[in-house]
Amino acid sequence: MSAGQRRTIRVAIILLACAFAAFIYLSATEPQGAAGTVLHRGNGPEPESLDPHKSRSIQAADVLRDIGEGLIGYSPDGELIAAAAEKWEISEDGRQYDFWLRPAARWSNGDTVLAEHFVFSFRRLVNPETAAFYAQALADIENAAEIIAGNKAIDGLAVEAPEKFHLRIRLRNATPYFLGLLTHPSAFPVHPASVGQYGDAFAKAGKLISNGAYKLDSWELGSVIHLSRNVYYWNNAGTAIDKVNHYVTPEPQVELNRYRAGELDITATVPPEAFAALRQGRPEELRVAAYLGVYYYGLNVTRAPFKDNPALRQALSMAIDREVLTEKIIGRGEQPAYSWVPPGVINYQAIRLPYADMTPAERHAGARRLYKESGYGENNPLEVEIRYNTSDTHQRIALAIQSMWRETLGFETTLINEEFQVLLANMRNREITQVFRSSWTGDYNDAHTFLQVLQGGNPSNMSGYVSEEYDSLMRRAAEQTDLSRRRLYLEEAERVLLADHPVIPIYFYVSKHLVKPRVRGWGDNVLDYHYSQHLSIAE
Amino acid sequence: MLRFALLRLLWAIPTLLLVIVLAFLMVHAAPGGPFDAERALPPEIEANIARAYHLDEALPQQFARYLGGVLRGDFGPSYRYRDYSVSELIGNAIPVSMKLGALAMALAVLVGISLGTLAALRQNSALDRLMMGLAMTGISIPVFVIAPLFILFFAVKLQWLPASWSGSTSAWRLLLPVVALALPQIAYIARLTRASMIEVLGSDFIRTARAQGLGTAAIIRYHAMKPAMLPVLSYMGPAIAAILTGSVVVEEIFGIPGVGQFFVRGALNRDYTLVLGIVIFYAALVILLNLIVDVLYGFLDPRIRHR
Repeated sequence: MSAGQRRTIRVAIILLACAFAAFIYLSATEPQGAAGTVLHRGNGPEPESLDPHKSRSIQAADVLRDIGEGLIGYSPDGELIAAAAEKWEISEDGRQYDFWLRPAARWSNGDTVLAEHFVFSFRRLVNPETAAFYAQALADIENAAEIIAGNKAIDGLAVEAPEKFHLRIRLRNATPYFLGLLTHPSAFPVHPASVGQYGDAFAKAGKLISNGAYKLDSWELGSVIHLSRNVYYWNNAGTAIDKVNHYVTPEPQVELNRYRAGELDITATVPPEAFAALRQGRPEELRVAAYLGVYYYGLNVTRAPFKDNPALRQALSMAIDREVLTEKIIGRGEQPAYSWVPPGVINYQAIRLPYADMTPAERHAGARRLYKESGYGENNPLEVEIRYNTSDTHQRIALAIQSMWRETLGFETTLINEEFQVLLANMRNREITQVFRSSWTGDYNDAHTFLQVLQGGNPSNMSGYVSEEYDSLMRRAAEQTDLSRRRLYLEEAERVLLADHPVIPIYFYVSKHLVKPRVRGWGDNVLDYHYSQHLSIAE
Repeated sequence: MLRFALLRLLWAIPTLLLVIVLAFLMVHAAPGGPFDAERALPPEIEANIARAYHLDEALPQQFARYLGGVLRGDFGPSYRYRDYSVSELIGNAIPVSMKLGALAMALAVLVGISLGTLAALRQNSALDRLMMGLAMTGISIPVFVIAPLFILFFAVKLQWLPASWSGSTSAWRLLLPVVALALPQIAYIARLTRASMIEVLGSDFIRTARAQGLGTAAIIRYHAMKPAMLPVLSYMGPAIAAILTGSVVVEEIFGIPGVGQFFVRGALNRDYTLVLGIVIFYAALVILLNLIVDVLYGFLDPRIRHR
């Protein structure tokens, strides 16, 4: 090798080292933003879109509630409050809603929020070309269902703006939970001019104009969404925190590490395996609250062995010791579920399964009797499969239930864990499923969001349950304008449902967050909504 | 040499085409669809969405539409990130992944070769045994074990370094992921270098050099390094593949918005177009890097060049 070559190699090594240093240096991006209070929120998996008509995840909704605002909102405690609308009137028959918007409401570019903007947005939501996941949210508005199905022009939607700040909505039926529906991000307004200018790309950073307390500054895909104060917001004076960062934290354990390293003020959840230690070590930071969600085992009632066999279905339900599951197996504050609608729903008293208050011994005896009645026994044991999506918690619950059924009823269960999408496909086909794990969470605080799932023909009715009686009670409830009469129909419907056992409710979810002591104004509520504008930071 | 490189490039076309066909069939064969959720959609809405994304067409028609797009450089819209095209998503993620991968590779090569050479020179000494023992440990411990340990120690306990990509905007956020990603490669390259260096140092031409009175440093630099590097160089292809797959894990653990993270999420969400786009990107990258390694090999080993 010549001296020249030697030099080349030495230079190459030095260059390589320099490149290494340069990479490190260059990866130092923009400096930290200007002073002001910053809230760091773990937000779980990445939101799929900030277009309120194209998103559907809880995570997107959490960000949208910061940057957007519907006619109605929620207080920190979960009460309905005036938001973009300052007042409203509901007609006697419950079918016409008149809203008066706040004249002070502004978009993040300073434009006034007008009633016609809501007309534009609601039409866009039900427009088949938008292909919105949540188009159904407004299906109670007159003609909405026909428009979604492509059988009517979008200007047929019964939403109009008689005056600048006056919005009128006509409904098909009296829908007592309609105000609750309007809190959902799918009913937030979009800025018509920017939708016109940018089309479907209007919801990207640098383009998005929104009407909430915050506005979108930037979105580093896969990493973090930066928000800052919307200075034009009508209640800007009542907003304490200047900047909010929603971090993408799909893995709870990773999120916990980041919280412990001081990078997050609030976590989206708490990993199951760390729960007990956190309850010991950081009790004042751990926030656990009842949540509108039910964890259940569905039974495929369209095929053997559960078809036309409610006695067997009830036997399986009675043999499950829910208290053992919630206290010993999960142990994170979950409540045993003896009804389909969770407690905490307004205007409703959840009906309980008749065996809810029995002692375990009584329940087991009842389960054995029903098991025998339905034609099974020691010489002719049931064979059944439980399908669940891959997760440690689901597996532990399935194992416990397997052993409860074995001990009480004496039959063997096969556990099959499947990837989530595979399980969903099987549940929908209803061909090979027998027992399957699933869950339902409420979109709004009303019993209807739970009870409608098991109506015949509802696409989320994975059990395939069809009951004339149940469906007719639900229909009659929908016709009631009197809340207390409606409530009676709904409660009766749940009674019918529970007696038929197409689903086995197991426990009611709780929301779990870690919240740094410096964060003030955090309120526990069953919907698990925590608007950043209601929070403040103590320095 | 040029003919060889061009021929390899031509071969890449049918290879890529095959990859696209297989990947397309596989993502569509996976149960479930991109828009399925526990909260099932009403049939009319499902129909509207299927129409919007041409999922109502027959599979061959969908494939023709997709391939047509790819040939024009359009990888389609993402099915999950509905505001973004696949090209935008991958384009955003590539610089991040590249930075991570290139740094890890550079670190692995620099440290691995130095350690391996040192161990070869002190063959069978305590130092050699220690280093090779560490290397064995480095190869055996998977990234998904070492990375969380790093975070626990350096970010949570000592609070010296950020626990995640978005935990800081300074360059330090790359240090833990780069080291975690490079560690197994350092170990492997060190072992390879040591073995190959020992073999070369035992050969006749090195003995001749010694007999001529050359010092150890000079022998290594002028005579031994180049032939000893051949096995290391041919390991570069697999090493790059390992760094690519390793980065999927590292990106997940450190929350780095790179290609790997989108790949994992895309597969779980059945984001057909995103998964296909990344598969094509990875395939093209591996083909290209292997080509580069082959060409470099020719430079280092004249016997290949003249064949």
